[in-house]
Amino acid sequence: MSDAHSSPYLAHHFDDMEQQSQAASFGMWIFLAQEIMFFGGLFCGYTVYRAKFPEAFSAGSFSLAIHWGLFNTVVLIGSSLTMALAVRAAQLGRKAGIIKWLVITMVLGCVFLGVKVIEYKAKIDHHMIPGQHFEFHGGGKFVVAGHGDEGAAGGHGEVEATHAEPDEATDHDAPADDHGETAADVDHAESTHEGNGHGVVEVDPNQVEIFVGFYFLMTGMHALHMVIGVGLIIWLLVLTTKNRFAAEYYTPIEMFGLYWHFVDIVWIFLFPLLYLIGRH
Amino acid sequence: MSETEHHICSVRLYVTIFSALMVFTVLTVLAASVNMGVMNNVVMLGIAVVKAALVISVFMHLKYNPKILWVVAIGAFVWLGVMIALTLSDFLSRGWMPNQPASWL
Repeated sequence: MSDAHSSPYLAHHFDDMEQQSQAASFGMWIFLAQEIMFFGGLFCGYTVYRAKFPEAFSAGSFSLAIHWGLFNTVVLIGSSLTMALAVRAAQLGRKAGIIKWLVITMVLGCVFLGVKVIEYKAKIDHHMIPGQHFEFHGGGKFVVAGHGDEGAAGGHGEVEATHAEPDEATDHDAPADDHGETAADVDHAESTHEGNGHGVVEVDPNQVEIFVGFYFLMTGMHALHMVIGVGLIIWLLVLTTKNRFAAEYYTPIEMFGLYWHFVDIVWIFLFPLLYLIGRH
Repeated sequence: MSETEHHICSVRLYVTIFSALMVFTVLTVLAASVNMGVMNNVVMLGIAVVKAALVISVFMHLKYNPKILWVVAIGAFVWLGVMIALTLSDFLSRGWMPNQPASWL
């Protein structure tokens, strides 16, 4: 790289293109490390509450539309592939290739967000959104504990959910025990149980509400990253059409690729933890 | 280092990784429908870690990057593990000692 000292793409405070590129990569990875800690806080809270309310988390997970979750997983991993191909086109200095793959990546990102809207709307229509009017009616082998009629057991905020804890804990002193399965009641089974041979599992709607809260917070934060990502792709497309990149300089595209793949990785963990824990 | 820094992967490699990610996705969905108790979580998280490793090493080019970036990437996950481990060591151990209230949260 003897000509690297005189490149028009070299900022004056770097010795050469190599150093400039490595500085950008290093800074981006530090940023992603921070992002891991940021999402890590959410995953950590999820882990604590799931250890406390395993049945309710399974019931909440069962209420999610697994086909949409799976579809979105394929879409997002596919968009990671097209993003990798966009960076490859940039490495080869192929402007048309950059534009083609960036546009496909953006479309896939928008498809993901569109599916997310469909899922959120279904949850909102069923009052499965945390707050005063939260409702949970059970599903599959999961039934509402106490079994009030049409969601009378639901509709409590998180404050009441935590208040409900002490009297439950007096019955069972071991944390995270599976008390629900012992209380399989026959008349509970008649109403919502679909009947797959196993006993019914009673869950407290207030605890399911906590799962739904994590669902909205984690997928919402992930979706916010997707929205920002789509905006950044538009910015990159503008720069590309202005001939701001070449085979020797494509750092913004490369760094954005890292960001997009990171968002993909978050979803790789979100999908099983949110959609798949209540399936057996 | 300049040879490895801007390593250009073949399209075939990217498509292969994508296919592997799809296979693992199908596997994790199938595994979730089988009741394996605690092993469900182990299998689910194990598959997710493998998928993340594939994305990080190839799609994110970490495999071809300087070792200093490996330190940052691996270090981030180590700290994440520390955070979750220390948090759970608190919450899960409540009630283990005699004169302690049994409830937590």
